[in-house]
Amino acid sequence: MASVCFYFQIHQPLRLRRYSVFDRSGEYFDDQRNREICQRIAQRCYLPANQVITELIHRYQGRFRVTYSLSGVIIEQLQRFAPDALESFRKLAATGAVEFLSETYYHSLAFLYSREEFLEQVRLHRRLMENLFGQTPRAFRNTELIYSNEVARAAAALGYRVVLCEGADHLLGYRSPTYLYTPPDGIPVKLLLKNYRLSDDIAFRFGNRNWSEWPLTADKFAQWIDRVNGHGYVVNLFMDYETFGEHQRAETGIFDFLRCLPEYVLASGQNDFRTVSEAAAAYEASGEYDVPYMLSWADTERDLSAWLGNAMQSSALHELYGLEEAVKRTGDPVLLRDWRMLQSSDHFYYMCTKYSADGVVHKYFNPYDSPYDSFINFMNVLDHLRSRLGLGAPSAAGR
Amino acid sequence: MKVLMLGWEFPPFISGGLGTACYGLTRGLDQLGAEIVFLLPRPIEPPHAGHVELVAPGTGRKGGASAYGMPGKFRHVQFRALDAILVPYVSPGEEEEGAEAGVAGGRRRRGVRVVGKEQWAGPGSPYQGDLFYETQRYAALACEIAGEEPFDVIHAHDWMTYLAGIAVADLTGKPLVVHVHSTEFDRSGIHVNQRIYDIERAGMHRAHRVIAVSHLTRSVIIQHYGVDPRKVEVVYNAIDDDGLTESRPLPPIRHDEKIVLFLGRITMQKGPEYFLAAAKRVLEVMDNVRFIMAGSGDMTRRMINLAQEMGIGHKVLFTGFLRGEDVRRVFRMADLYVMPSVSEPFGIAPLEALANDVPVLISKQSGVSEILTHALKVDFWDVDEMANKILAVLRHPPLQATLRSHGSIEVRRLSWLDAARNCLKVYEAAVAAAR
Repeated sequence: MASVCFYFQIHQPLRLRRYSVFDRSGEYFDDQRNREICQRIAQRCYLPANQVITELIHRYQGRFRVTYSLSGVIIEQLQRFAPDALESFRKLAATGAVEFLSETYYHSLAFLYSREEFLEQVRLHRRLMENLFGQTPRAFRNTELIYSNEVARAAAALGYRVVLCEGADHLLGYRSPTYLYTPPDGIPVKLLLKNYRLSDDIAFRFGNRNWSEWPLTADKFAQWIDRVNGHGYVVNLFMDYETFGEHQRAETGIFDFLRCLPEYVLASGQNDFRTVSEAAAAYEASGEYDVPYMLSWADTERDLSAWLGNAMQSSALHELYGLEEAVKRTGDPVLLRDWRMLQSSDHFYYMCTKYSADGVVHKYFNPYDSPYDSFINFMNVLDHLRSRLGLGAPSAAGR
Repeated sequence: MKVLMLGWEFPPFISGGLGTACYGLTRGLDQLGAEIVFLLPRPIEPPHAGHVELVAPGTGRKGGASAYGMPGKFRHVQFRALDAILVPYVSPGEEEEGAEAGVAGGRRRRGVRVVGKEQWAGPGSPYQGDLFYETQRYAALACEIAGEEPFDVIHAHDWMTYLAGIAVADLTGKPLVVHVHSTEFDRSGIHVNQRIYDIERAGMHRAHRVIAVSHLTRSVIIQHYGVDPRKVEVVYNAIDDDGLTESRPLPPIRHDEKIVLFLGRITMQKGPEYFLAAAKRVLEVMDNVRFIMAGSGDMTRRMINLAQEMGIGHKVLFTGFLRGEDVRRVFRMADLYVMPSVSEPFGIAPLEALANDVPVLISKQSGVSEILTHALKVDFWDVDEMANKILAVLRHPPLQATLRSHGSIEVRRLSWLDAARNCLKVYEAAVAAAR
């Protein structure tokens, strides 16, 4: 038996507007651009993909099952800009065949900078999932699959029994991401590891005509899944939901692929679909996955270098989280929300100066021409936020 | 491949980026084994002390030409200086004094010396002397040399040598490549000198291939000169690797103030007034900043007055034209180099700044912005955004550090050898086109 676990990430940040050092406005976000992008993605991806998923759930009477994770930031935007897309997620939740994960509300890197802020954001997000989708998440994924043993420990303390992370070659060695693992030290969670080869076949390579396996048919992919049968329990296909219709345009046939896949997967009777918590409940862990250093699903490095790879990024993050106490002391909900919206990992991703094979991925919905522009813009906004707190520029700012 | 190269400046006789480019390109071609006869106008002044040694010719003087070799630096290059006097730009520092002193036998208008029977360099033009006559003379002498030397292709740099290029091509039937380092539109804005334009156009149309120093220049060539896009290739300039490998950047010179540097000719093309306008905006936010304008040009006096009028005269330092060690010293002091050019076909100076570990802010209206990723970019007219970016560099050391570390790596990847390889490809295409 091999279980296919689809998990789709749904997130878009609240992008900043052009904010010069001479600006004095308290309005930081580019409403128009955020509306345009949100509505475009809803049209191209969320709505048509939800439609296909809904069809499949009904056609296979619940045997087709998927997992989603929606950040609080995208949900707020859907409420404002594309309520029909949000409604379609609620309908999916009502089918009972869909699981929703926990994550940080603001899609933040808070785990790395403030454990208190991290806990508050996870709790905020959990409450949102309960209110919106009527389910309390049982599984946790940290922003961008940023993970270490410490993340597992924190998730366990919050009551989660399943955590998602990257299946990195350098940590797995000869072992396979098709098994379930546990963290060391008896931390009571099961780990589901992203099968990056099979995930990336869909997310990154599907429409690539230079790829030796192009065209990727549902039949062929189901055969690859079937090969796991007898060599593991799970095929963890973790990817951004925008894969469907945005990164892989509708013309590539990606929706048809999705529509046809369950038929081939289920045909032999040997394989099935499960949500991540269902898979964790069904299978025992086969070994220990020890991750002492931070791991992520980004770029070839699978580390934090996409958000923390240069001095600008670490400086911006450091200065942002340095304001936590002052922001919270004000008790001002508008200020708190602005500060938290600035925490979305995307703002720091845009500052990344690694230019490599992953460069294209960094350009998805990136509003800046250069990482330097993004840093300058962010720091100008942060300066203004600091002035609202009655604070001057930090000592680091070369007086 | 044997190349007859027609140039007008070469280190140490150099007034701008063209000489630097010719030097780098010639060295690259030499290293790739191309044989080059480089025709130069005879310099008016004795050479400045430089790192290139000119030695007496082995061959005799014929047709008003003297031949030179440069041992050590070049293996396959022969230099010949012709008795033509071509000085496209007024020499550094001369224009300001000259404007007041006046010179017998010539008229001066707005700092431009106009000599000869015909006034053809218009008011505000950076050219001096009767260049039109000189370019014809240069062409005649080039034809004589061309008869003595076998070669496969003619490579002419900028309009001064185009008449010579055309004449030699007509005479020998060899393919002509013209290399456009700048156009009349870059130098003069909308006040185009019709005769120069006509020469440029004739050279480009007669050429079998046209080399543009950037896509920006390529589109000017296609749109303003009506040249067939299929024969216009882009070959980017690079930076002399001597400066990078032989001497590492010196440590910065410590100082209490932040220093923002403008280095280049102070002319309309370089956008000096936008630099001052941005400086004013910066000083509204931050006080301990000094703006250095290093260079000379026909707008120097106006810029000094403008800085005074803006009330920032005490914050702006005009150094005049800097050379050699002084350039390196000013780079060592600078926190940021700004090139606000209104129109810059390429712009080698930012590469020199990066090689000296100084981050750069360049106008989007420059060819060099096409190849630099790790540079700040701004529209030259967007003074507020220019100030915004200058302030960011001065206020956020991590920004400066990131620009500097990535920029110095990026600039070291640019190689004249690659530019020379691309030139060779263009030569081959020109040879094929001429058949």
